[in-house]
Amino acid sequence: MNTDQKDQWLYTISSKRKLIDLNFKEIWRYKDLLILFVKRDITTLYKQTILGPLWYLIQPLFTSVVFTLVFNNLGAIKTEGIPPLLFNLAGITAWNYFKQCLSGTSSTFKKNANIFGKVYFPRVIMPISIIISNLLKFSIQVVIFVGFYIYYVSIGKDIQPSSTLWLFPVYIIVMALLGLGVGMIISSLTTKYRDITVLVGFALQLLMYMSAVPYPVSEAKKKFPEMVATLVEYNPLTQVIEGFRHMLLGIGEFNLIGFLYTLGISIILFILGLIIFNKTEKTFIDTV
Amino acid sequence: MSNIILKAENISKQYRLGLVGTGTIADDLKRWCYKLLGKEDPFLKIGEANDRSSNSSANYVWALQNINFEVNKGDVLGIIGKNGAGKSTLLKLLSRVTSPTTGEIKTKGRIASLLEVGTGFHPELTGRENIYLNGAILGMTKSEISKKEEEIIEFSGCLGYIDTPVKRYSSGMRVRLAFAVAAHLEPDILVVDEVLAVGDAEFQKKAIGKMQDISRGDGRTVLFVSHNMAAVRNLCTRAIVLEHGETVFEGSTDEAVDYYLQKENSKLSSTGIYTHKEEDLQNGFSLKSVKLFNSNNENQSLFLSDEYITVVVEYVLDKTFNDIRINLKVLSKNEDIIVFTTSSHSSDETDKKAGNYRTSVRLPKDFFNKGQFKIAINAGVPGIEVLFPSSYVLDFQIEKLTPSGSITNTVFPGITAPNLEWNVTKLAHDK
Repeated sequence: MNTDQKDQWLYTISSKRKLIDLNFKEIWRYKDLLILFVKRDITTLYKQTILGPLWYLIQPLFTSVVFTLVFNNLGAIKTEGIPPLLFNLAGITAWNYFKQCLSGTSSTFKKNANIFGKVYFPRVIMPISIIISNLLKFSIQVVIFVGFYIYYVSIGKDIQPSSTLWLFPVYIIVMALLGLGVGMIISSLTTKYRDITVLVGFALQLLMYMSAVPYPVSEAKKKFPEMVATLVEYNPLTQVIEGFRHMLLGIGEFNLIGFLYTLGISIILFILGLIIFNKTEKTFIDTV
Repeated sequence: MSNIILKAENISKQYRLGLVGTGTIADDLKRWCYKLLGKEDPFLKIGEANDRSSNSSANYVWALQNINFEVNKGDVLGIIGKNGAGKSTLLKLLSRVTSPTTGEIKTKGRIASLLEVGTGFHPELTGRENIYLNGAILGMTKSEISKKEEEIIEFSGCLGYIDTPVKRYSSGMRVRLAFAVAAHLEPDILVVDEVLAVGDAEFQKKAIGKMQDISRGDGRTVLFVSHNMAAVRNLCTRAIVLEHGETVFEGSTDEAVDYYLQKENSKLSSTGIYTHKEEDLQNGFSLKSVKLFNSNNENQSLFLSDEYITVVVEYVLDKTFNDIRINLKVLSKNEDIIVFTTSSHSSDETDKKAGNYRTSVRLPKDFFNKGQFKIAINAGVPGIEVLFPSSYVLDFQIEKLTPSGSITNTVFPGITAPNLEWNVTKLAHDK
């Protein structure tokens, strides 16, 4: 009789938790909320601005121009025959997506404490919505990349995407998993220890330079001290950025082991992130 | 087959007092080590019952302790208690915002919580967009909202502004829109905090009416937290009283409200005598005592409905006043003022010079209904200064008599029950 009754309960609220307690049925039930969050993020970001979504284009473009001036003109970093602007644009487009996923999700708990403190919905909806809305910004940035690509091809530059182009969606997923995983870990930690918020801003800045965004790995191997070069090489993000450029611009070699290594790490980080996020979401409101 | 839709078993919630600081890491590590060793959490054992006003020595405090209750389908359960008694914590647990430290809450239905109206409203989005966003946050699907969109807009009365960003709304309009969305939720169990205390009088009435419809008409299960005893009496079928994180009473709404108010009022003297302790004559006035007497001049706090109640106030004047008034209020236990009366004095200074005074007023018989009443006194110079701020001094009880003279337990509604004359006449043109 007792067990009979237990089966009828729709759900139980208790302190006990499973390691990963993702209720996909429930998340599916909240799919409309996910869509609305994405819509909200996109429509409200540049409300009351004159240029509106043009800002999505201006940011990467200007960064690429500055990088080209500083690293390629001044610093004379070679880009393996690819126009430096295009080289930088490819790296920055990829990097930006990761960066925005990470910084967006890393403030999930702190930023939404007022909503989370009042209403229940599967918390994981929030970071997922950030990943998706960033995907839209990313695709706009890909469009300008393609624009420059066509321009350079039309003026006679010999650029060809490599045969790994079909991996494009996989790279996006890897970047999303990495950004989401690390972001969820950070957001969970920041509920108690605010120090990490301060750290994230400048750590991301430094990480960009350690991820071969403004230079190819081949250059790093030549010019960096060996230890740093190894560090750069084993950074999973380097593999993503390099692979991304290889895929689009046909430079360098496709490194299968590096690819699998990155894929592995990003899946591990993502699962770890889910576990920690899941552990935190139940009581974070008491400490945030 | 039982009708239980929600069941709370032994739920407790522990909070940490003070700042989250360096101690947190140390405690976390300790907790983690204990967990690794398979021992019980060391901090669960410590902790005191939650008392806001007294200084507690422990770092951990139990906001809720061993709460048990069951809610049947269609019940409207009121949760009452003082500030800090744990009401909101309980609601937070029920709405899954945070999880209990120990114990379980089991439910058979979807819970939607209204701890606040307008959660997740985005100022840049229009009213209509916010209806969808807010509705989705509260757990509705898009098609559910679409079906009710018209109704929601109409209920909010914000039709003219519906395509304007919410940041341009007045705060009242925002609340109306937010409540309109919330009122059209259709969960199995609705958890409501004191959100009714919003909006203008017209809207409050509408909101309470809607709440009544939800609970009575649709037979929805509602858990309702409020300080508004009238609303609780009106809406709820059962109630629990929380105090210092523990359930101190559970039962019918009327009993629970009475219990709660009695507890609140127990500080008052119920002997029919009030003596003022402080002898301060700062502004020249000092209240000495207030006493209640029945028709036989006996000091009493329990009166029969056919007795006059004489209130005798003694006070000291330290200087000569131009004018002075003693005001007396009789209040119901819900603190509604039933009678207000002010002392009359002679036009010259004879009763305003320094000295000891006694003034009395007689409250009518056959006027109050059965129940508990409170007396509040204040004194002042009209329009100039307050000599003695209004404060409760006494309470008294009325027992109703039947026409035959025996005490009755049948209670008729109403705060007052004056003896009124009814006339029946047989009409002549009738056959």
